Amino acid sequence: MKVSMTVNGKTYTRDVEPRMLLVHFLRDELGMTGTNIGCDTSQCGACTIHMNGMAVKSCTTLAVQADGATITTIEGLANGSELHPMQKAFWENHGLQCGYCTPGMIMAATKLVENNPNMTEAEIRHGLEGNICRCTGYENIVRSVKAAAAQMGGGD
Amino acid sequence: MGNYVGKSMKRVEDPRFIQGQGRYVANLKIYGMTHAAIKRSPYPHAKINSIDTAAAEALDGVIAVFTGKDLADSGVNPIPCGFTPPDIKLPPHHALAIDRVRHVGDGVAVVIAESAYIAYDALDLIEVDYEPLPAVVDAKAAAQPGAPQVHDEVPNNVSFTWAIGDEAAVNAALAACDHVVELDLINQRLIPNAMEPRAAAAQWDSAMEQMTVWTSSQNPHTIRLLLSAFTLGIPEHKLRVISPDVGGGFGSKIFHYAEEVIVPWAARKIGRPVKWVATRSESHMTDAHGRDHVTHCKLGMSQDGIFQALHIENYANMGAYLSLFAPMIPTALYHTLMAGLYKTPVIYGVTYGTMTNTTPVDAYRGAGRPEASYVLERLIDIASRDLNMDPIEMRRKNFIQPDEFPYQTPVALIYDSGNYDAVFDTAVEMADYSAMRAEQAAARAAGKLVGVGVSGCIEASGAGPSAAVVSLGAAIGLYESGAIRVHPTGKVTVLTGAHSHGQGHETSLAQIVGDELGIPISDIEVIHGDTERLPYGVGTYASRSMAVGGGALVMSAQKIRDKITRIAAHQLEAAVEDMVYDRTTGTVHVKGAPDKAKAFGEIAFAVTLANNLPAGMEPALEETSYFDPPNFTFPNSAHIAKVEVDKDSGEVTLLDYVAVDDVGNIINPLLVEGQIVGGVAQGVGQALWEHGAYDAEGQLLSGTFMDYAMPRADGFPQIRVGRTVTPSPSNPLGVKGAGEMGTIAGTVTVVNAVMDALAPLGVRHLDMPLTAEKIKAAIAAANGGSN
Repeated sequence: MKVSMTVNGKTYTRDVEPRMLLVHFLRDELGMTGTNIGCDTSQCGACTIHMNGMAVKSCTTLAVQADGATITTIEGLANGSELHPMQKAFWENHGLQCGYCTPGMIMAATKLVENNPNMTEAEIRHGLEGNICRCTGYENIVRSVKAAAAQMGGGD
Repeated sequence: MGNYVGKSMKRVEDPRFIQGQGRYVANLKIYGMTHAAIKRSPYPHAKINSIDTAAAEALDGVIAVFTGKDLADSGVNPIPCGFTPPDIKLPPHHALAIDRVRHVGDGVAVVIAESAYIAYDALDLIEVDYEPLPAVVDAKAAAQPGAPQVHDEVPNNVSFTWAIGDEAAVNAALAACDHVVELDLINQRLIPNAMEPRAAAAQWDSAMEQMTVWTSSQNPHTIRLLLSAFTLGIPEHKLRVISPDVGGGFGSKIFHYAEEVIVPWAARKIGRPVKWVATRSESHMTDAHGRDHVTHCKLGMSQDGIFQALHIENYANMGAYLSLFAPMIPTALYHTLMAGLYKTPVIYGVTYGTMTNTTPVDAYRGAGRPEASYVLERLIDIASRDLNMDPIEMRRKNFIQPDEFPYQTPVALIYDSGNYDAVFDTAVEMADYSAMRAEQAAARAAGKLVGVGVSGCIEASGAGPSAAVVSLGAAIGLYESGAIRVHPTGKVTVLTGAHSHGQGHETSLAQIVGDELGIPISDIEVIHGDTERLPYGVGTYASRSMAVGGGALVMSAQKIRDKITRIAAHQLEAAVEDMVYDRTTGTVHVKGAPDKAKAFGEIAFAVTLANNLPAGMEPALEETSYFDPPNFTFPNSAHIAKVEVDKDSGEVTLLDYVAVDDVGNIINPLLVEGQIVGGVAQGVGQALWEHGAYDAEGQLLSGTFMDYAMPRADGFPQIRVGRTVTPSPSNPLGVKGAGEMGTIAGTVTVVNAVMDALAPLGVRHLDMPLTAEKIKAAIAAANGGSN
């Protein structure tokens, strides 16, 4: 099937099997390997991207479902060489160790803050429930999200 | 004082990770690359009557299908075990099973196809005729008469028996004790679950007869050695193993896995690159699991709480095959830690390593030491309740004192340094322990189940002195390499045999070298994880990279400084003894004449020009060192947790957690704190949620993240971290391991807290994980009826 979508500001058209997952489309068809795969049951959130303005787990979405969609992946989050405040906050607050969950975590956290820039710590922790990190114990991820929220001040 | 060491510096490796540029094996693309998928046994134990691969081979896009017989027929050898105590029974471990499968997930065939989708389609077309056999799952049940036999080579399923100490003396001492606490406990099986599933890729260069293997490993040189000398027989100088960015390990990526054998073998066979990436379900079935002990233990003491003797009888589940270091974990890394922080005079311990129809078990964060701490600190917790003594007070009474180091324990180890009272003083103050107890009393009076748990743990980390680990049964010594290459313009490449898979070595090792040489860390690049670029390295596990890998770099830096000093003296026409190397500026000057100086970069360039060097000096500024430490390091901790148990649901809420650790000197506090907090989270995960569960027939019940309860962000309060610093004399940096202490202490601290909460109900012990369901049942039983 032919699918067409805008990824990180550029439009791509490819002929794919109907069963192809969006995450495989991004990684294998477009070569954007920043979006990682951490599980096969939609639990870990490593593959989180933005699709039409929402945080979506791209392992649970078919590429054909994204036909016509506008997608942002971790590779497209920064504004050129200017890191997104969430990326900056993860760096400054040691919000990552092995880095594998990080793209999904950053993409999920960005939408959380855009939706509610004034989250309490409990709300941040609850909001990140769909993203698993094995390294950090979440402490510095929560700190990073708080710091980014202060910078983002209301989302876009 | 240096410019970098001791400072919380943000990591130099982060920009690539936060922008989606991590170089994980799964991201690798090579021209002509094919994809592997592995047919795995759905049975815990079965005879393979036949495997029909014809339909799979006929599928469009399938390049080849291979079975265990294909590998064996071409001379592939079984995967070895690297820790072999005397009289161990070593059953063969084939990369693909040949005539029998022994656990759910045991590989039987591999499909190589043009795409991963096709490879998985083809798996469904392979027909395996299995004849199911009875299976055994439990570590202790496996050793009982009549249990199903996992391997013909291992009678009664007992692969080895390992003991330490004088049992008669311990039994005599126990008989004379005023009070003996006796406990049966289970340290449940865990699935490590690094977030990056394992992956392997390989490319055979037929013109050069060279093999390149990419693998998500914590120790690429070890994998190269094993692939070369044991499994595939590819000459080591023709074999390159690369572990690029690795997404977490926690021990599970130390071992030589079947796929690391299958993938390069297949790549050479078909003459094209092959890549295999595990699914999470495969990780659950095939990554080496952790823990899984069934233990009976006894601690004897006087009426005033002075420990007299300790007796441990332990069954350790090895799973279906002996993974690389598996027998080391419940033996040399377990019984040797049973002295804990205390002066218990006599200790005896025995472990039976048993084979079962489950996934192999090996090192998982802490590796033997969390299990040891769990035994000891649970016993002490119960003892303090029995003798109506504060648990901290009881511990303090038994501490090894600061002036008693180095301290020879009755279980082989010699502790390097420590001040346990100081660690506890800090924890008590941070937690406001007496206020915590007062709040608990008030909560109890109000009918709430609130508990406070404490633990004092120790770890032998920074493995290690080669002589010691070899004498305990390891097949190889555990030193580390560190090389410093100074380029003509003064830029520096640091080569380490350690491997970073989240620890941040690209930053912390650069901090060390930056300070040792007095150069900016922006001029330093740390290289790791590639056997072709590095001197032989041992790798990263056992919290060894700063202590041993860092130590090697300090040695190399010393050699570089010495050479620079000699060159500067020569060029400034001064005596070498009169030169001063200023490590804050990277300049060498004549004592008392700071303007008579040479900068680091000047000397680097001069070395390359080689036109004004001392006679006979080699024109290079490159040094390699291997550090084999004189002893382990012994980090230690005092952790305090406060929990509330919901009386109706049984759910545990972690209200507060204070972690005070003494990990010696600290290179980067930000990174150390990250290690401690992350470690605690994993420890809490074991205490409350995680369980690698099998049913009685050997089916893996926790096969995905749907069924295996990983810690999530909302399971924790802010974990509060404090520290004391007692430098280790065992390495030039004075550091102790920081990677595992949190996990070692986290588990037992939280269990002690929950048991403290349930104490008023008379609940003495519950096995982990302390799920709501389990606690609810215990509360109901304590209340004398059903709920």
